[in-house]
Amino acid sequence: MSKHNVLALFGDFEEAFNALNDIKAKKIPGLSIDDVIVKSPIEHPEIEEVLGERPVHIQKVTLFGALFGLTFGFLFLSGAQATFLVQPQGGKPVIPLPTNFVLMYEMLIFFAVWLTFFSFIFMSGLLRKRHTLYSENISLDQVGILLVVDETQLQPLKNLFNAHDAVEIREEVI
Amino acid sequence: MSMANEKDINEQIAWAKINADVLNSMRHPRKAYWITLVMCLLMLVCAIVAEIHQYSVGMGPAGLNNPHMWDMYIASFVFWIGMSHSGTLLSAILHIIQADWRKPIYRFAEAMTTFSLLTAGFFPIIHIGRLWNMYWVLPYVSSRGVWPNFRSPLVWDAFAISTYLSASMLFLFIGMIPDLAICRDNARGWQKKLYSVLSLGWSGTDQQWRHFRKTYLLMACFLIPLAVSVHSIVSADFAMSIMPGWHITTFPPYFVAGALYSGCAAIITLFVLLRYYFHFEEYMTKAIMEKTCKLTFAIAMVWTYLNLIEFASVWYGHDIYNKELLIAKATGPYAWIFWTMIFCGSVLPFALARRNWRRSMPLMFVVSLGLNLGMFFERWMIVAPTLSMSHNPHQWDIMYGSIVEWAIVFGSFGWFGLLFLVFVKVFPSVSMYEVKEMVYHRRRHLQTSEEKSSTGSASKSSGSDPSLEGA
Repeated sequence: MSKHNVLALFGDFEEAFNALNDIKAKKIPGLSIDDVIVKSPIEHPEIEEVLGERPVHIQKVTLFGALFGLTFGFLFLSGAQATFLVQPQGGKPVIPLPTNFVLMYEMLIFFAVWLTFFSFIFMSGLLRKRHTLYSENISLDQVGILLVVDETQLQPLKNLFNAHDAVEIREEVI
Repeated sequence: MSMANEKDINEQIAWAKINADVLNSMRHPRKAYWITLVMCLLMLVCAIVAEIHQYSVGMGPAGLNNPHMWDMYIASFVFWIGMSHSGTLLSAILHIIQADWRKPIYRFAEAMTTFSLLTAGFFPIIHIGRLWNMYWVLPYVSSRGVWPNFRSPLVWDAFAISTYLSASMLFLFIGMIPDLAICRDNARGWQKKLYSVLSLGWSGTDQQWRHFRKTYLLMACFLIPLAVSVHSIVSADFAMSIMPGWHITTFPPYFVAGALYSGCAAIITLFVLLRYYFHFEEYMTKAIMEKTCKLTFAIAMVWTYLNLIEFASVWYGHDIYNKELLIAKATGPYAWIFWTMIFCGSVLPFALARRNWRRSMPLMFVVSLGLNLGMFFERWMIVAPTLSMSHNPHQWDIMYGSIVEWAIVFGSFGWFGLLFLVFVKVFPSVSMYEVKEMVYHRRRHLQTSEEKSSTGSASKSSGSDPSLEGA
């Protein structure tokens, strides 16, 4: 049995929202809301009411980056300052903590920010080949619902989308 | 509509129109845009000629000598670092407190941050004179395995500014990704290729939006303390010394307030220019200008307060050198600069307190230039008088900057303007997706309140009390 990619475009977010609610209510047997990808021109946080909370783990990477920056900063600075051990310091500490804190603070932010950026690219699925079913109207003003279905689910799904005033339905055989 | 009820933006504006207006602005700016671009280029040429002269003759033409080992260059460095705080303030802080009126104007403020830092970065390099040794400004290990002195605020500068520059560039870039995707979907030829690469394959999926929001918030949270630390560290260049007029406890907050102040003033200047160049009257509205002006006024008063605190602590302190220097600032050879600074920094902002004046774009343009003139003089008054009238009277010397220094400072404005104008031509200077969000949420809010009021009036007309219906 062949599989199909289906992209339905909606001019109104409310209609897309209702269509998602119908999919969640199992109006089409075998289709799960977890398989749905929603594409929109702006963020719709309210969509989580239907899709459920999908976790975001970027903050964990950020925390790791911050702790790494702090640790690396301390080791780097104190390691570099340790080369002065052989020189007279005139009573001053070889590893001056108060001034090192300033630079450790900068390194904390530096590594946290860069790791946040890289984790964003990796976790949000950027830099990967875009789905072939893409409409430029999504970046304009339409909301898209993307699903992978088998042949038996195709027609009922189209009917469901049409019942919610889908502007356009595109499909391709995988 | 009365001015009191004026909206930040018309919530009925169509999303397609937002895309069309912003994309069109990148294709067809007014003629004034091109005139400004050429002016900036000419200003930059002035700086290049001056720098070539300084490079070939040496630091003599710059007038740098004992006691004025750094003057105009360090003052300009501080000025441009200060200017960079606008993006952080407007974008990060207002994003965290969910002030949605920032949405049409934060993009160019973020761009300002990046380009101001790039401009500021030139001054230490120009100041060392020997351009081929420009890597000396970076903290690196020497061939004998000796590291620089990490106790020096000048080394902190290198760390802080490079961190701030990279973080602010990332912040600007991440915030632009959805808009770059819009550009990609509407471009052709080489532009499509450029935007395709830069948009990183953004397709607006729910997964991307969730991660995008979290990332943007995290970046904003890091940028605020970073911005504060950067200017505190720049103030430490002075405050960590024992020179009169510099060794002052309030310098870090004073510098941060001054930075926010000059940044906000520059936002007003560029707000007026972009609104005119690109026909952005519907997005950069007078209501948003009013809010920006109020914010600038509040910061101006904080700056004024910190000035007074500094004067009072010096006046009532027991450091005779500091006190004499303060008197010399107000009455000596630099008095005209001092009083111009006080006028531009503390008196002129009252023009922002009057509603009718706030709504006049030409007036606000002139006022914002005046505010930044005051801020430039502030930096000059920090640097020059201390060097001119320090501990040793036999070293006293008055300095107003040489023609070479002035030409380079003048050209730095051209460099900044050039970068900024090219940016707003190639990239959308108004955030399309954020304006759509602003319009969407405001429209929904309007609909909800209208539904509530119609339900309320229906229940009133039927004579029943809605609060009793549930019971």
